Amino acid sequence: MYKHSLIAIGIAAAALGAIAFPAAAFAATEDDLKELREQVRQLKESYEKRIEALEKRLQQTEQAAGNAEVAASNAQVSANQAAVQASSRPAGEGAFNPGISLILNGTYGNLRNDPARYRINGFAPTAGEVNPPNRGLSLGESELAFSANIDHYFRGTLIAAIGADDKIGIEEGYLQTIGLSNGFSVKAGRFFSGVGYQNEIHAHAWDFTDAALASKVFLGNQLGEDGVQVKWVAPTDLYFDVGAEAGRGRKFPGGPDGGRSKNGFGSGVLFAHLGGDIGASTAWRLGLSHLQTSAQDRTYNDLDSTGTGVTNAFTGKSRLWVVDGILKWAPNGNPTEKNLKLQGEYFRRNESGNLTYDTAAASLGTQTGAYASRQSGFYAQSVYQFMPQWRAGYRYDRLSAGTTSIGLVNSGALTAAAFPILNAYNPTRNTFMVDWSPSEFSRLRLQYARDRSQFGTADNQVFLQYIMSLGAHGAHKF
Amino acid sequence: MKTILKFLCTALALVAALPAVAALNVFACEPEWAALATELGGDKVTVYSATTALQDAHRIEARPSLIARMRSADLVVCTGSDLEVGWLPLLFTQSGNAKIQPGSPGYLEASQAVVRLEIPKVIDRSMGDIHPGGNPHIQLDPRNIAKVAVVLAGRMAQIDPAGADAYKAGSAAFLQKWQAAIGRWETEGARLKGVRVVVYHRDMSYFIQWMGMREVGSLEPKPGLPPTPSHLADLVERMKREPAKVVVYSAYNSPKAAEFLSERSGIPAVMLPFTVGGSDKAKDLFGLFDDTIARLLAAVK
Repeated sequence: MYKHSLIAIGIAAAALGAIAFPAAAFAATEDDLKELREQVRQLKESYEKRIEALEKRLQQTEQAAGNAEVAASNAQVSANQAAVQASSRPAGEGAFNPGISLILNGTYGNLRNDPARYRINGFAPTAGEVNPPNRGLSLGESELAFSANIDHYFRGTLIAAIGADDKIGIEEGYLQTIGLSNGFSVKAGRFFSGVGYQNEIHAHAWDFTDAALASKVFLGNQLGEDGVQVKWVAPTDLYFDVGAEAGRGRKFPGGPDGGRSKNGFGSGVLFAHLGGDIGASTAWRLGLSHLQTSAQDRTYNDLDSTGTGVTNAFTGKSRLWVVDGILKWAPNGNPTEKNLKLQGEYFRRNESGNLTYDTAAASLGTQTGAYASRQSGFYAQSVYQFMPQWRAGYRYDRLSAGTTSIGLVNSGALTAAAFPILNAYNPTRNTFMVDWSPSEFSRLRLQYARDRSQFGTADNQVFLQYIMSLGAHGAHKF
Repeated sequence: MKTILKFLCTALALVAALPAVAALNVFACEPEWAALATELGGDKVTVYSATTALQDAHRIEARPSLIARMRSADLVVCTGSDLEVGWLPLLFTQSGNAKIQPGSPGYLEASQAVVRLEIPKVIDRSMGDIHPGGNPHIQLDPRNIAKVAVVLAGRMAQIDPAGADAYKAGSAAFLQKWQAAIGRWETEGARLKGVRVVVYHRDMSYFIQWMGMREVGSLEPKPGLPPTPSHLADLVERMKREPAKVVVYSAYNSPKAAEFLSERSGIPAVMLPFTVGGSDKAKDLFGLFDDTIARLLAAVK
């Protein structure tokens, strides 16, 4: 503003001067004119130089713009590449769907003895899914699993199992922490207990069609608890973990089925594992675990001395110790061609409390007496992949009924024949299997077992099984 | 019971109080990233490789030793793109280490730093074990290694600010040497341009693209499935009509199928180190490319 007014004043002054002193212009001499021409020429020259410079700069700018265009088109190419990369990722709400996987499982069974009447003599029945698969064709347990990270602290998993009986059960449904540090992790909900080795592994990843006899009599096939698990992994190169679980006691060896109506906990587990590698070819893990439950009215059915079906009930403490070991070998740690897996678990259980005979008073009347048992059992198995896609395996099972002291029998109130299933017997079983896995998502298996679980009879069991996995690529435990 | 608990608590407190090791603990899923971390970090890093060149990274189990190593890792470097999908997720949940969970600075997926090839348009398991994110075997294009090096050095500096200068210097020195080496390899390997090659698994795609070679078949009938007699017979027939110059397989593959095809078709079969440690000469990343190119040149002369 200030500048503009100054210019205006200047113009006004010049105009005034030109009007007021016109004579001065005419007074210019020839020399002056010459000087003026020279000045105009210089001015012209300087302007031309400046225009030339400006033109040069413009040219340079244009060139730079051209370069920028090339750069831009390059950027476009990388953007296109990035878009191609991006398009490989799902977009929108679907991107956050949990990973879903489905396991299809079916068997054909050929058994000498009726699996519906299957018993394991010498041991209290567990009310679990311990019977062998059906005779003939039948759908096995199909699993539907969902899992995803919930946020930066938690991961969630739900695994539902649909059995041959059309019933849907929740095998596992738990959250686990991913946000804890210093080796701690917490699991809460329903999960397969960390007792022993095989218990945590889903049936579709087992190396044999059915569970070990020891798993059947000591864990009711597979122990899934509603509870909380805390685990700590040591900061050492040698793997070491310790963990504890507190649970509801909803399943054998707790009881009653579904758990007691009480505050606090119905079962507790402590476990520790040690593991590592021997060279590049061998990996191993050893475990020790302890399960303690206080069962109340844990019932089982039996035929008593009069041939009447009765229901008996145990109330008391059950303590189980398990030692487990697993060793896997593959040349240079590459299992693609050949690999070997050795696995075994030893179980030892002490139970003490009271045993009530005939709770429904269906036969000789309800009576209660002391009960104590010390029992043990183990299995050892080996699976060898002798060529790609083909594996063969053998498993040996042996249980020892040990000593069982029944107060009602000791006092003479009842005879041992009143508790036929508890009569001392040492079941054994030999199992052979061959399986073929066309890819890591499918497996067909043929298994033969000679099962001496029942007193006085040996069962021949042949199973043909398929296990297929669909959907998200599962990660299997060691 | 109480005494046991007391003992456990004391032991726990003692172990937790162990002095932390000063160096940056790097857990690499594959040997190439272990080698790269060593190049960049020098003595500032302690590097552990979860797999060796003789193992197939698709088929690793979440063994106890891996959980133990991941437990104390500060930085996990993996290829990603679902290569480690069968075992890495378990290490994340089992290790109790928040620093290295996906999404945190302590987890680096190398394949995210490069342009991936062979991203499938259609995904179906009947096509074999294909990766929705594209071919994950990115390490055999040295330009990819350079890209990952930049990201990795940045990540190391972010996690360990005290060593930031060292990582910067380390990566500058490495990249300078690396670019020179790329120039040398491209000159040496010029003869490989247009050479027709049969692979075992599609794990050479990045190398083939870089060198301008042509992949004309694979010994696996479908990705991840072992070679079958009928597929090999087909390949023998095809090689009679349109012969390839070389059959390659990686250190972790069985040589049987490649030798079978080689014997029947007269095309030389060559084992390639695939990653660091895959051959005597592939001691580091430089050796890996030196040896890979030398072996191919010797076969196609």
